[in-house]
Amino acid sequence: MALLEIRNLVVEFGRFRAVDGVDLTVEAGEILCVVGESGSGKSVSMLAVMGLIGWPGKVSADVMRFDGIDLLGLSPRARRKLVGRDIAMVFQEPTTSLNPCYPVGWQIAESLRAHNAVPRAQVRDRVIELLDQVGIPAPASRLGAFPHQLSGGMNQRVMIAMAISCNPRLLIADEPTTALDVTIQKQILDLLVDLQSKRGMALALITHDMGVVAETAHRVQVMYAGQMVEEQPTEALFTKPHHPYTAALLAALPERAMGASRLPTIPGMVPGIDDRPVGCLFNPRCGRVQEICRTSAPPLIGEAAKFRCYFPLGESA
Amino acid sequence: MLRFLLRRVTLIIPTFIGVTLASFLLIHAVPGDPIEVRVGEHGIAPERLAILRHEFGLDQPLWKQFADYEVQVASGHLGASTVTHQPVWDEFLTLFPATVELSVCALIFALVIGLPLGVIAAVKRGTAFDYGLMGVSVTGASMPIFWWGLMMILVFSVSLGWTPVAGRIGDAFFVEPWSGFMLIDSWFSDDDGAFASAVSHLILPTIVLGTIPLATIARMTRSAMLEVLGDDFIRTARAKGLSPLRVVIVHALRNALIPVVTVIGLQVGALLGGAILTETIFAWPGVGHWLIEAIQRRDYPVLQGGTLLIAVLVMAVNLGVDVTYGFLNPRIRK
Repeated sequence: MALLEIRNLVVEFGRFRAVDGVDLTVEAGEILCVVGESGSGKSVSMLAVMGLIGWPGKVSADVMRFDGIDLLGLSPRARRKLVGRDIAMVFQEPTTSLNPCYPVGWQIAESLRAHNAVPRAQVRDRVIELLDQVGIPAPASRLGAFPHQLSGGMNQRVMIAMAISCNPRLLIADEPTTALDVTIQKQILDLLVDLQSKRGMALALITHDMGVVAETAHRVQVMYAGQMVEEQPTEALFTKPHHPYTAALLAALPERAMGASRLPTIPGMVPGIDDRPVGCLFNPRCGRVQEICRTSAPPLIGEAAKFRCYFPLGESA
Repeated sequence: MLRFLLRRVTLIIPTFIGVTLASFLLIHAVPGDPIEVRVGEHGIAPERLAILRHEFGLDQPLWKQFADYEVQVASGHLGASTVTHQPVWDEFLTLFPATVELSVCALIFALVIGLPLGVIAAVKRGTAFDYGLMGVSVTGASMPIFWWGLMMILVFSVSLGWTPVAGRIGDAFFVEPWSGFMLIDSWFSDDDGAFASAVSHLILPTIVLGTIPLATIARMTRSAMLEVLGDDFIRTARAKGLSPLRVVIVHALRNALIPVVTVIGLQVGALLGGAILTETIFAWPGVGHWLIEAIQRRDYPVLQGGTLLIAVLVMAVNLGVDVTYGFLNPRIRK
């Protein structure tokens, strides 16, 4: 049984569908990368898993199970017991994601206390241990530090310490390195992967950096305009992409464009609320577009490699 | 911190001069001086008038009068009332506790009701409760105090007879003014009903004086909360699996209080201004009542001294707010 299993997830804000029928499966102990441009629904679908979509957002799904528990059927109280303990999340902006009014040690301790993760007397020791695990030097002396006194990288380490404090089985990291310096990005990513393998937890990593995907992921899911357009094991995805959008993303990688005078780009923009095309959502930007793409939406097909395209690459069209 | 305090204290001096100048010019712009007002309609011989005027220094040119007053204040004397001949400072000290008692009660009333209302309105934004509350608070903030006070007296004192009309305590009680605060003095008094009487006398003035700060605090709390509730760290708090109540109180309100405390500090000035009207309506023997009488009697020393002391108080409170601000907001703490 998969650790997290979601079928046909839909998240709507008014008449805008931010997430449109996404399937998502995370196996225990694996690293899943979710990639896509800004506004493709990556973050929103993860927030839906956490139960953090507030009014006026509406979440629905055919199946939304964590470890066999139906998340949508849980009472808010029961859901809160799960969230922060078994499923934890790290966000994009570490500095604004921490409360400026409380010391970081207190904020980590709050997680431990909320879920009674350790006996009260041991909370302080556990916080120090966590800070040590995420690579913060002299952890005991940082307990009283406020977020504004730490660097972005340090704050992200604090966020990670907070997220892993109750030994989650699934850690969701929403572009955890985007707001950081390039030199720090690698450290944070290594830390996440290291923690994942040591603790055997599953890691769902949201990113728009294909380099990160290549280095870390076991499996990749590509999102476009609220839909999942392709899903493959990492190596297969990089060697044999099926969806033209995936191929275009890969072609835009500077490493792959060696020799070309200009870096390839994908023309146009992700469709917004008012210009969603009929048929395949990618058709206005697709180089392989044909008549059927403009009239009917392709279903998700395939077994090992799943994709949403009538004329996939690597197959005779 | 010390340098900050020093700078703020230095700023008090120009403010002093400004406040005394303003009150000096305003009261002299009003026709009549203390002597004429006391003489009234009966008239007085011109020679006698000149002698009295000379005694009070009123025959001097205006700039000289002002300069003399400034010198006198600088040497630590506020002068004596032209009516009672009591030192201004003594009169102020006797009446001040009544004003403080009323203002503190009004502020507590405004906080205890305004903060929760603002928080609830922010959490339930867009609902009928939110719109209703904000509508009522606009009405509250724009309510003329004298009208509001009279209406309250009319309904609760005259029609319903629930509360006394005026004063600090019932006529039947004599309470030794030990601290000057009626609630404290009556609590320790041997008379059984004294404390209850003092409380019942406080209710209406507290509500009337607290209405505007209440509305302002509720609105400010709401907008500060709305801003904070959209912040990233609120999402983090919810991602920890904390209860909604804990997220709102511990994480959101703590941050929202920073701007609200500033507003509360500013309200203290408004509160003392409002106290002048409220004290007059409810015959509350405080500083406001005293100042109104001083205006009517052209009691220059009382008016100028009283205004000055209130200005000092407002400045002190604002300084206190700035210091509190540092405690609430770790980012400006060193």
